[in-house]
Amino acid sequence: MEQLFSNLALGFSVALTLNNLMYCLVGCLLGTLIGVLPGIGPIATIAMLLPATFTLPPESALIMLAGIYYGAQYGGSTTAILINIPGESSSVVTALDGYQMARQGRAGAALATAALGSFFAGTVATFLLAAAAPPLAQIAFKFGPAEYFSLMVLGLIAAVVLAHGSVLKAVAMIVLGLLLGLVGTDVNSGMARFNFGIPELTDGIGFVAVAMGIFGLAEIIKNLEQGDEKREVFLTKVTNLWPTKQDFKDCWGAVLRGTGLGSLLGILPGGGAVLASFAAYTLEKKLAKDASKFGKGDIRGVAAPESANNAAAQTSFIPLLTLGIPPNPVMALMVGAMIIQGIQPGPQVMTERPQLFWGMIASMWIGNLLLVILNLPLIGMWIKLLTVPYRMLYPAILVFCGIGVYSLSNSPFDVVITAMFGFVGYLFVKLDCEPAPLLLGFILGPMMEENLRRAMLLSRGDPMTFVTRPLSATLLAVSLLLLIIIMLPAIRKKREEAFVED
Amino acid sequence: MLKNPKDFWSGVMFAVIGFAFAIIVKVYEYPMGTASRMGAGYFPFVLGNIMGVLGLIIIGQALLTSGVRVSKFAWRPLVWVLSAFVIFGLIAKLAGLVISIVVLVLIASYGGHEHRWKEALIASVVLAAASVAIFVYGLKLPFPKWPEFLGLG
Repeated sequence: MEQLFSNLALGFSVALTLNNLMYCLVGCLLGTLIGVLPGIGPIATIAMLLPATFTLPPESALIMLAGIYYGAQYGGSTTAILINIPGESSSVVTALDGYQMARQGRAGAALATAALGSFFAGTVATFLLAAAAPPLAQIAFKFGPAEYFSLMVLGLIAAVVLAHGSVLKAVAMIVLGLLLGLVGTDVNSGMARFNFGIPELTDGIGFVAVAMGIFGLAEIIKNLEQGDEKREVFLTKVTNLWPTKQDFKDCWGAVLRGTGLGSLLGILPGGGAVLASFAAYTLEKKLAKDASKFGKGDIRGVAAPESANNAAAQTSFIPLLTLGIPPNPVMALMVGAMIIQGIQPGPQVMTERPQLFWGMIASMWIGNLLLVILNLPLIGMWIKLLTVPYRMLYPAILVFCGIGVYSLSNSPFDVVITAMFGFVGYLFVKLDCEPAPLLLGFILGPMMEENLRRAMLLSRGDPMTFVTRPLSATLLAVSLLLLIIIMLPAIRKKREEAFVED
Repeated sequence: MLKNPKDFWSGVMFAVIGFAFAIIVKVYEYPMGTASRMGAGYFPFVLGNIMGVLGLIIIGQALLTSGVRVSKFAWRPLVWVLSAFVIFGLIAKLAGLVISIVVLVLIASYGGHEHRWKEALIASVVLAAASVAIFVYGLKLPFPKWPEFLGLG
């Protein structure tokens, strides 16, 4: 316990320097901005800004990028409540009851509930992260290559659960990601693979190019295809911000349950903010005595998913920081950010770079506080932004993407690769192939190969090592179970229903 | 007549790319090694075949089920946006940041539904100025602002 507080004190001493405070603020504001704007999400934004963080110290870079991620959860809920357009997929369910509340003239209460619930959840999850990380890292040190390999299998399978549509297609997308990740020099033998004599490809395909092409450019083309829909801004003035006593009484249970569920689902590989918000909403509906009010402006329908998505956004840093394994595509980009800064993600980060580790955790709490303080007064401004037509918006996104990619290596090569992945990403849209699992596979590809090789070397070529080592066997068993469960017809139907609301 | 073209073509895509990876391993003779000492070709060969087989299964399923057509490609935004992006990358070094951004925005603006010349021009100038302020002066990225031969820096 004492250790925990001295660690947090160290963290706050890093996070509270003027510089880092500023980067935290910039990250949170940017996150809220892209959360508000539909058509651009945290993945594309973080990919866009990665190159700009080259010159920053690692603490500042990661603090800012983390701020973008959890800031987006706040921003997404604002538009979900006010105009029934969820800026992020994690706030899709918030729109169900939040927008109804707004229509009943209780937009202020809904926004405040979302903000305060998120803040509460963020605080709890931050402490959870601080408390759970050191023991988990200790366990991680005991992991051998076989366990790492099996853990990655579990993470990838879990990503399939989250993907829309066909399970088989999602698995194929993961394998495609793994394969694309293998392009470039093989670390073991030094041999260049799949580079076709192109010197730039010996370093592999840049993940910024992949992420930005698929999640940035393809998204722009998709949006342009759909045309500039008129966004009705139904409410510009928000009054009565503070929820009533009755509201507090109604929603505290939902906030607590949402926080708990969100924290748990965030840690799980493949989990994250989207899953957490869906699960929390479903749970509240199941537990409520009068479920009839859900969908008609029940405050619990706002409190639970908002707490859950924010808690999950925080705790999804746990596998990244303790095991070095990203549980979702945003965390996969954080791995990239760390590698760019010369940091190998994994349990050693905590011991070798305590300022970075604890500074980042402390900054998350500060960021959450900033978001509550800033967001409520700034709501009017965010709403104004929504009236900007997309034809003004997309050139700006393109310019930032272009500068971001070009500055990776100051050569046109990455720009061309990004454009190619823009085309590929658009093809995926047309074929209904969900791209998120691909990105996860792409980051994990080289790590998986490395651990597979080491595990097989240690076992002298006996693949049974993955099932005879108890921890590894458990992880694989869970993966198999997950795969069987989602293939079952009954669950499959449920899963499709859950995504229909999307 | 295909009953489920979307899944059918997805399957074709996966099968072709998957087996292509496996074939490349063989054609370029990446060393396979043994199970205990895997060579550079081992993991990609296995993965490529897994993906190829997955693709075949998806094709098979697509032939037995009925599904949705692949909607038409929106070639207009696709071509204009991507070509604007590539041209930006190709001329960035030669033309400097300001000119390449203006070119990027002007070309990309043809991808939208309604093209407004004046609006695009204003947007391009504003974005170029903002980018120079943020990236060159703010983040100090080593970008030339103007074409080198002008000697303006």
